Amino acid sequence: MSVGLSHFLTIGAVVFSLGLFCVITRRNAIGVLMGVELILNSANINFLAFSHFSSGTIDGHLFALFCIVLAALECAVALAIVLAVFRNFDKVIDMEQLTTLHK
Amino acid sequence: MEHAAFQQFVYLFWIPFFPLLGAVYNGLLGSALQRRLGEKWIHAPAIVFPMLSFIITIAGFVKLTGLDPHSRALYCNAWSWLHIGNLNVDIAFWMDPLGAVMAFVVTFVGTLIHIYSIGYMRNDPGYWRFFSYMNLFMFSMLILVLGDNFLMMFIGWEGVGLCSYLLIGFWYKDEKNAVAGMKAFIVNRVGDFGFIIGVFLLFWGLGFSLETFDSSSLATVTSEETHLNSSLVIREIEESLQIESVHEAFTGKKIFGFSLVTLICVCLFVGAMGKSAQIPLYVWLPDAMAGPTPVSALIHAATMVTAGVYMVARLHFLFALSPFAMTWVALFGAVTALYAATIGFFQYDIKKVLAYSTISQLGYMFIGVGVGAFSTGIFHLMTHAFFKGCLFLSAGSIIIGCHHQQDMRKMGGLKTYMPVTRWAYLMACFAIAGFPFFSGFFSKDEILWQAFNSKDMMLPGGGKIIWLLGIVGALCTSFYMFRSYFMTFTGEYSENPHHVPKESPKQMTCVLVILGFLSIFSGFVGMPHLWHVHNLFETWMEPVFESSSSLIASEGYTHTLEWMLMGISVAVAIIGAWVAGWLYKNRENPLPGKLLASKKQIIRIPYNLIYNKYYVDEIYQHTIVWLIMNLRLALDWFDRKIIDQLVDFAGTAGRWLGRFAGYTDEKGVDGAVNATSDMVIFSGLKLVTIQTGKLRNYLGVVLAGAIILVIANYLFF
Amino acid sequence: MINYQTTTTIVSWVVFIPIIGVGSILITIGLRYLFKIDKKIADNLSRLISLISTLLAFILSLKMWGFFETGMNTLQFVHRFVWIENFNIEYFLGIDGINIALVILTTFITLIACIASVPWWGHVDDRHFSKRMTPGYMILLLILETGMLGTFCALDFFLFYIFWEIMLLPMYFLIGVWGGPRKEYAAIKFFLYTLAGSVLMLLAMIAIYYASEPFILADGRLAHHTFNIPALTASGQSGLFARANPILGFAFAKVVWIALFIGFAIKIPMFPFHTWLPDAHVEAPTPISVILAGILLKTGGYGILRFNFQLLPEATKWAAAAMAVFGMINIVYAAYVCMAQSDLKKLIAYSSVSHMGFVLLGYAAFTPQAISGAVFQMVAHGLISPMLFLIAGVIYDRAHTREIGEFGGLANKMPEYTGLVGLAFMASLGLPGLAGFIGEVLVFLGAFPVYKVFTIISATSVVITAAYYLWTIHRMFLGKFNEKWSALWDVNWRERFTLYPLAALIIFFGFYPMPIFNLISNSLNPLISVIIASGKLP
Repeated sequence: MSVGLSHFLTIGAVVFSLGLFCVITRRNAIGVLMGVELILNSANINFLAFSHFSSGTIDGHLFALFCIVLAALECAVALAIVLAVFRNFDKVIDMEQLTTLHK
Repeated sequence: MEHAAFQQFVYLFWIPFFPLLGAVYNGLLGSALQRRLGEKWIHAPAIVFPMLSFIITIAGFVKLTGLDPHSRALYCNAWSWLHIGNLNVDIAFWMDPLGAVMAFVVTFVGTLIHIYSIGYMRNDPGYWRFFSYMNLFMFSMLILVLGDNFLMMFIGWEGVGLCSYLLIGFWYKDEKNAVAGMKAFIVNRVGDFGFIIGVFLLFWGLGFSLETFDSSSLATVTSEETHLNSSLVIREIEESLQIESVHEAFTGKKIFGFSLVTLICVCLFVGAMGKSAQIPLYVWLPDAMAGPTPVSALIHAATMVTAGVYMVARLHFLFALSPFAMTWVALFGAVTALYAATIGFFQYDIKKVLAYSTISQLGYMFIGVGVGAFSTGIFHLMTHAFFKGCLFLSAGSIIIGCHHQQDMRKMGGLKTYMPVTRWAYLMACFAIAGFPFFSGFFSKDEILWQAFNSKDMMLPGGGKIIWLLGIVGALCTSFYMFRSYFMTFTGEYSENPHHVPKESPKQMTCVLVILGFLSIFSGFVGMPHLWHVHNLFETWMEPVFESSSSLIASEGYTHTLEWMLMGISVAVAIIGAWVAGWLYKNRENPLPGKLLASKKQIIRIPYNLIYNKYYVDEIYQHTIVWLIMNLRLALDWFDRKIIDQLVDFAGTAGRWLGRFAGYTDEKGVDGAVNATSDMVIFSGLKLVTIQTGKLRNYLGVVLAGAIILVIANYLFF
Repeated sequence: MINYQTTTTIVSWVVFIPIIGVGSILITIGLRYLFKIDKKIADNLSRLISLISTLLAFILSLKMWGFFETGMNTLQFVHRFVWIENFNIEYFLGIDGINIALVILTTFITLIACIASVPWWGHVDDRHFSKRMTPGYMILLLILETGMLGTFCALDFFLFYIFWEIMLLPMYFLIGVWGGPRKEYAAIKFFLYTLAGSVLMLLAMIAIYYASEPFILADGRLAHHTFNIPALTASGQSGLFARANPILGFAFAKVVWIALFIGFAIKIPMFPFHTWLPDAHVEAPTPISVILAGILLKTGGYGILRFNFQLLPEATKWAAAAMAVFGMINIVYAAYVCMAQSDLKKLIAYSSVSHMGFVLLGYAAFTPQAISGAVFQMVAHGLISPMLFLIAGVIYDRAHTREIGEFGGLANKMPEYTGLVGLAFMASLGLPGLAGFIGEVLVFLGAFPVYKVFTIISATSVVITAAYYLWTIHRMFLGKFNEKWSALWDVNWRERFTLYPLAALIIFFGFYPMPIFNLISNSLNPLISVIIASGKLP
């Protein structure tokens, strides 16, 4: 059995689904961020798979690299916000309880 | 319009307008003058103005005699009155021999009666009013006789009616007098209705092709020439009827199935019936005696009531074209002459006797003009003006003398107390009864002869029937006039013997003398041809009636017959007077009293019938008056209950509609609007629950949507 | 294309002088509150202002009469400019033979009414309408005058309509505020009735507008449609409206004619639209009755001539017989109803209905005599009926009742008044030599060749009219004096100022009516020629 495009795509879809599941079900803000990371990485897998199997150029790789950088940045900003929330809202980072921007 | 053919005479205008000045003077200032300065300031101008008219009339008379008989007319155009389309009517006066005679009678008798009134109306609080009305009457009457067209004539015609109304109701505080005035005016208006319809018919009939709705005849409508014949100027109508083509077209015309010319004449004669108190419109005249006696003399005997006769004579050229209308006029005259004379039998009010006698005498005049003897009719009009004026004024003198007593049963023996009045009254009685050589004899006898002699009546033997009615009427006249004379002047004064009557003041008696004199002698201007003398009056009138003389035919009976008829006339006059004397002289004969007391039906029924004037007033009251009085109530009811109720109903319906619309609006239209908003709020409230603000809910929905799309894609595409 | 020179503004001055008066009165009211002027002084000032402005309008209209060229059938004193560009509406006033007499009548009668509204020169008690809310009354009176004058002078249909409505509202308030016991009912009845007519007229106006031809307005712009009456007249007389597309299957001209006619017939008033009149008259104060009978009714008669006759000659010819029948019914029916009245003012009101019937009958005949007679009848009635209403006012001011039956034998107590009443009644019953006769006889004379039977039936009214007037005189003035009225006094100077000019004119025009005929004939005769020449409607 040779490993083809569909395998990669299936992996990507599984990772995306897990990420989405995580985003939907987690109440902890950190957990939601981790779900978002998974979704972004599933996208990276798809980029690389398509790049490798169909175009033959390095466009997909470039996009994947761009996404990784973006994810790191996003993570930094988001974690900073979460920390700020944690501090301001009496150590609560539960998404269900956070309905307003200030107490 | 200038008529070079006629002599211009600008003073003609002043004949009617002098009395108008008098009327205005007294009407505006009289009340104050009477209070401050006394009666002299009232009656002096009131007499001077008619006197000036009289003088101008005489001047006109003189001027006329100086002209050629066939162009004997004076003309004065004061100002233009109505010039519209083919209608050209001016305030213009026209005096031909007929107009001159009428103007003479009016101004002469009028002036005399004004003088008489100084005595009669003395100390009346309405002295100024009286003279103002009298002058106004003179103005109207002179307009009537001198106006050169129908509308001028109509001004006078209605004007005299107005004055008659005002003067009958002069003592208006008495309900009865006021009612009498009203009755006179309204009955006259009925006649006027006929008169104006006649005028409309005439105006239409002369303007041939005024068919407005036929657009093909537009050319003729706008063309002036076709209308030249249409005119309301009496003289012009007469002239245009001389033209052969006009004459033929006019006489051949029919309307409503009648000959136009006959219908015109009948309508105009209805006007004359009203004004001249002929059957069936005579009912107002006896009641009109409620007015002061000089009024009765001037208006209701000498002048106004003769306007109808004057009108028929003035329009001789029309009447002569219609034998039917002529017969109609003569027959109505004859029937009225007899009918009114019989009512005179049992009247006790001296003025009522004279009133019925006036109606009767007017009937004779209509016989005259109806049989084509126009100038004789006018001649009788003139003599009647003198002798009836004299009778009425004598009666006025008696009434004053007897302290406002009018019942002849309460008089008697006045000849010793009032000699002048007695002689005047007697002379006038002779004249009216037709005793030879008195004025009435000449005129009345001539009328009867002309009637007998007339041909071409529509009635078989018409002339003879009319003559017979006339001669019986003459018998009655003689009887009731002498009855009134004997009852009044002979015997003993039956009222309070300590309060005896005395002769009236000079202003009154001198007028009586003048009129009594004329009652005797005025007839000599119109003596019959039979006597081989010159008939001045007829010669004078001849040019006026020339155009119609060819249309009047006579039987041409012999002189012998004429002598015989004259003898019969004289005989009936004497018989009537003799019977009256036998029954009533000195109140010695018990027969009248016995007859009146008799219970026999054969006497009671005719007596009651005649005494109650044949119940004509009652018949009118229960038919025409009843009808109108109920019609007015019915129409008023209709107006209030139907028309106005419909309007109110429309209003109410509108209100109900409004209420209904309001209800629908509230519940229907507004309900729909409310329902919409309610629905929006409801659905909003439901939908707001979706909006949780929770990211994961949204994501779940997105996921669900994506899955549905994928499945749908898989299933359907 | 018709071209008019804007020549003069005198017409606008006549029409709007009363509005200047209104402004002055408003200033007076303002000053009164500013400077605490006594109410009495302010009232008198407003009375004076309205007297002066009505007098000025009258003098100016007389001046117009003086400059009026009688010999020609063209518009004179034209004042014209484009008013509302978007809708092709012009401000267009002008005078011709049809309206000149009515304009002068309006200014004259309003002056008389104004004098009658002023409680000077004679006693009136404090309950009298002339002492209540004087400035308001005077303002409304003056607005009313402008409305009436504008209605007569306007030569743009839209402008006419506006003036027509302006006329309506002051009248409503004058009756509804200063009127008698049932004033609200009468005022609303009047208002709704006339408004119903206005609505029909409005629809007809719009229909005519959209059927009109392109026309060059006063500013030289070509408009697709126009309200300009002379232009509409020209197209109407060339048969444009007779050929226009039918409305709901009925001929255009017929529908429009009927709509216009009903609008005007209500004002005339024509049977069966007459019942507002007696109520309005009975409740209105005397001067308002004077204006109502003297002028307002004539706007109806004028409108028929100006619009129905000028614009729709074919339809006019088509409807002539119906008009004659309604005229006849008006004349005879109202005369009988008059006889049944016990209220003097109601009687006079119904006599107005009767006499305005002559106008309709005269219109219907299309003969020179009849139509001139009809217009003269409007003028004559415009003089006689004000006099009659003033007379009713005289007795009402004194006795506070108008029941004819309650009086009796007043002639001795009030001789001057009795004389004036006699004159007015005689004029109204058509006594020859007075103004009323001329109109009546000309209408009869002109209508007789065309409608013989109708004319004869109408002529029976001469008897009925005489009967009800004489009966009224009899019941009020003759017979035994009713002692109840021993405190009555004869006419005072204020009443003389109003009654004698009218009496003098009634007599004058009875004997010398030619000044009026010279004014009107040259415009009327071509009009009837056009109608006679017009074709048949489908």
